[in-house]
Amino acid sequence: MSDRIVAISTPPGEGAVGIVRLSGSGVVETVSGFFHPYNKDLPLTLRNNFSLNLGWLLDLEGEKIDEVLVSVMRAPHSYTGEDVVEINCHGGSLAIRRCLKRCLDTGVRLAEPGEFTKRAFLNDRLELSQAEAVIDIIRAKTDRGLKLAVQQLGGRQGQLIADLEEQLLHLNAMLEASLDFPDEVGDLDDAEARRILESCINKIKQLLKAGQRAEVYRDGINMVICGKPNVGKSSLLNALAQKERAIVTDIPGTTRDVIEEYINIRGIPVKIVDTAGIRETEDLVELIGVQKSKEVIENADLVLFMVDFSAGISDEDMDIFAGIPAEKMIVLVNKEDIEDKKISPAELREKFQNMTVIKSSVKMETGLDELEQAVYDLVLGTETMHDGLEIMINLRQKLALQNSLAHMQAALEALGTMPLDCLGVDIWGALERLGELSGKSLKEDIIDRIFHDFCIGK
Amino acid sequence: MIYEAGSYDVVVIGAGHAGCEAALASARMGCQTLLATLSMEGIGLMPCNPSIGGPAKAQLVREIDALGGEMGINIDKANLQMRMINTGKGPAVQSLRAQADKHEYHRELMKTILQQEGLHILMAEIEDIQCQDEQVCAVITRTGARFACQAVVVTSGTYLKGRIIVGDLAYEGGPANQFPSVKLADSLRSMGITLGRFKTGTPPRIDRKSVDFSKMSEQPGDPDVPNFSFITPKANREQLSCYLTYSNKKTHQIVMDNLNRSPLYTGVIKGKGPRYCPSFEDKVVRFAHKESHQLFVEPEGRDTDEMYVQGLNTSLPEDVQMAVLRSIPGLENVRIIRTGYAIEYDYVLPSQLKLSLESKKIAGLFTAGQINGTSGYEEAAAQGLIAGINAALKVKNQPPFILKRSEAYIGVLIDDLISKESDEPYRLLTSRAEYRLLLRQDNADLRLTEMGRSLGLVDDYRWQIYQNKKRQLDSLIELLQKTTYTPADKTIAGYLQKKNSAPIKDRVSLWELLRRPEVNLSDYVEMGLIPPQNPDIMEQLEIQSKYEGYINKQREQVIRFEKMENKLIPADIDYDTVSGLSSEALQRLKQFRPESIGQASRISGITPADINVLLIFLKRKEGIR
Repeated sequence: MSDRIVAISTPPGEGAVGIVRLSGSGVVETVSGFFHPYNKDLPLTLRNNFSLNLGWLLDLEGEKIDEVLVSVMRAPHSYTGEDVVEINCHGGSLAIRRCLKRCLDTGVRLAEPGEFTKRAFLNDRLELSQAEAVIDIIRAKTDRGLKLAVQQLGGRQGQLIADLEEQLLHLNAMLEASLDFPDEVGDLDDAEARRILESCINKIKQLLKAGQRAEVYRDGINMVICGKPNVGKSSLLNALAQKERAIVTDIPGTTRDVIEEYINIRGIPVKIVDTAGIRETEDLVELIGVQKSKEVIENADLVLFMVDFSAGISDEDMDIFAGIPAEKMIVLVNKEDIEDKKISPAELREKFQNMTVIKSSVKMETGLDELEQAVYDLVLGTETMHDGLEIMINLRQKLALQNSLAHMQAALEALGTMPLDCLGVDIWGALERLGELSGKSLKEDIIDRIFHDFCIGK
Repeated sequence: MIYEAGSYDVVVIGAGHAGCEAALASARMGCQTLLATLSMEGIGLMPCNPSIGGPAKAQLVREIDALGGEMGINIDKANLQMRMINTGKGPAVQSLRAQADKHEYHRELMKTILQQEGLHILMAEIEDIQCQDEQVCAVITRTGARFACQAVVVTSGTYLKGRIIVGDLAYEGGPANQFPSVKLADSLRSMGITLGRFKTGTPPRIDRKSVDFSKMSEQPGDPDVPNFSFITPKANREQLSCYLTYSNKKTHQIVMDNLNRSPLYTGVIKGKGPRYCPSFEDKVVRFAHKESHQLFVEPEGRDTDEMYVQGLNTSLPEDVQMAVLRSIPGLENVRIIRTGYAIEYDYVLPSQLKLSLESKKIAGLFTAGQINGTSGYEEAAAQGLIAGINAALKVKNQPPFILKRSEAYIGVLIDDLISKESDEPYRLLTSRAEYRLLLRQDNADLRLTEMGRSLGLVDDYRWQIYQNKKRQLDSLIELLQKTTYTPADKTIAGYLQKKNSAPIKDRVSLWELLRRPEVNLSDYVEMGLIPPQNPDIMEQLEIQSKYEGYINKQREQVIRFEKMENKLIPADIDYDTVSGLSSEALQRLKQFRPESIGQASRISGITPADINVLLIFLKRKEGIR
């Protein structure tokens, strides 16, 4: 039995096709869980060895990620000698990364550098004469991986990580000293521990946020347009995409399904989703669309809420408005070109307090630049330029940071309610995970820190 | 003139805490054993602080006890005071600590040694260990007696080329005015064993009659505390107090004014000392901003007036020691009984040992205790026990007994010692144990008694007690898990309300309910939900239920850890033929010769890439076979 590993096996960057490769016991069943073949009678698990399967990859919510070609190679007739599945996605990093994330969500582990080759070797899939070459490859990959990680984290963000390590080490030394040298050190200073944990959590969130900004450029965002039927959602989509994809009519409720379009706003790849109007409806076909819209809003990075000057703001509009989280919403008031405006500036101010409100005419193409600026600000934050963090973190680093954060949060929660030895489990965990970033084993340093920071010894 | 004096299975050199455990274990496992000591007074001698236990050390004592060792039983007989340390900081770090009656401790241990069947004691200095084909075959005393043997356990403590330093005075000597052992070090060197030099120190002992305790705060023992040993019956004896006082600016000034006379600063002392047990002069210099340091004045026994000044290790000249003491509240008129001193001694670099504590080079040669570069009576006793067990197993041609880091603090101690280089005497800390939530003092018997039984060290009496406890635990857990209640049940609802605990929503068992911090077993007993229970049993189950989440987290970590521990590296591996290793890794691996991939990964300087290379090499070797 070998555990399941996954990695992107094509080079980073834009390519025509990207491949996500999985290896290990049970990977066929794993992928079958979120791959819907066009031929519904032939799930992956029933397919022959070396088969190619066309179908859709679905995300956790059942949304389509990408149309993919999946190949199945069963043990021992595969590169690694284990069950192997390769998912061929369309090129472009968004789809391939979402595919990788989908695999990780099922509990598959991210492969170590060179691990596929290592497994191939350990399972006798490579000739003995190739052994030397394999060792070189693994050696190079592991060392380079670490070197790259360290190089990448140089400068300002390297400093931030060094500060984090320093603070956590000090906290750990405080805790351990109070456990191992109770007579000399006394009890842990809870308030100080809380302060350090909160500061660490803050820093790590800052790093993750900076990494997320980089991800925004690399992977893009999901933007949803919603509003009552006929406020001009499809027109806006078309205006932005300059493509005739959605059917634009004057009959409310024509857009029955979610329609997607990809555009580029100031360098950020944006996937725009147009929803059927969210409203109470008896129409079954539309009801499905409405249900889906609600899910789509939940998963969106940004929601564009549209009303229009010709129709005024109804209770129905306000119902929709109430269903959108304020922190990711921009309000767009369409049809500012008409004479007979049913919405007064005072009403706008009162109803959408503290919201970004853009007046525009999709038809006359006014207000679109302001809209793009608003999208940019909301996604990247206006503080982007100030914290000076421009950090590209890879998935491994992101996982390390997220895991470390989770341990810190658990520790903060346990502080004051659980005994100190339990707290230690999470503080060690946080340190260990943080150590994965720089390839250092920070635990080694703790005992040195105890003696450095505290006067110990009787 | 050398003469044939007899033959033994195992010879143990030194009768300190390591030697006594080694000799008793070997004899109890049925090996004819000789215990050689420089002096009868040296049996179970405590030349430094008069205490046993505390964080990590209490866990060790309980583990020694569960395996059938002697330390726990002996300190239960010979204590002046018992305190539970770290209560409220969690079950993993809660630790029992005893103030020992040094004289009683020595007398009781000597009694046990003298009464042990199959164990002979000999007062002699062993000067030479003889080998044949890199296998020990005999020891020779200074007076020419040659004892043939199959295994030797050397537990020479700080006696090996011991050198005592007080101010500018230095002379050859062992601890507490005992004789040093000089020639044995040369014998070890001639076998190709590399020795290093460490330093440690001890404070002055003062006369109880000259101390004004009214100026100090009293530290009494706990009114009702458990014993160290799982088999000692409960007994409350009269306890003596310790006293706390503080140094002050004047004290520190005296130290600073006399640094030029301190052998630590003049370069007379070359050996490295332990950071966790620094000399007082070191503390004053390194933590110059601290205006006072705490000092504990502790009794050394019921029948002596000697008191130990915990926190005042020093090798300053005697007149300065006196001035320092007299600047401290309560000690204005103090008289010194024994002067504080530093001691330098030879030790064996422990990377030359296997996890069984046998030398990698000389078959049948074991070392344990301070000779392996550790400090502490408990660390010594634990190694002594393991070395004694493995010497006996060697004689019986059986595989060695090795505890993993995930099984016992003893495992952490020995693995650290062998896989990590240390430039100071090694002391065990709870922070060195990755899985300390599993390695508690309260469950040492559950972890280790069965192992002790199969080694032949756990007698029927202990085995009975253990099985009884186990039976009670199992049946109570079963009862708690089987007994369930619905939200409609009034007894439980009323109880939870009284405890300010949220009402239950579904059917729950008493076991699940016990996870709540505010719920406890004595309430269950009071309410008549379960029959009355022994307090040990209740404590054990409350820990198991309340910390279940964290304990399970650690169990999962252990599973991952053991995978690598179980990948063994053949002892005959030729690292020069492993291509792809970095030159640093090559050098480290040749030096440490780890026994498993797990152990290799803990050696500093070995990277994950090196581990991959090793794994592949091993796999390829397997393939060729």
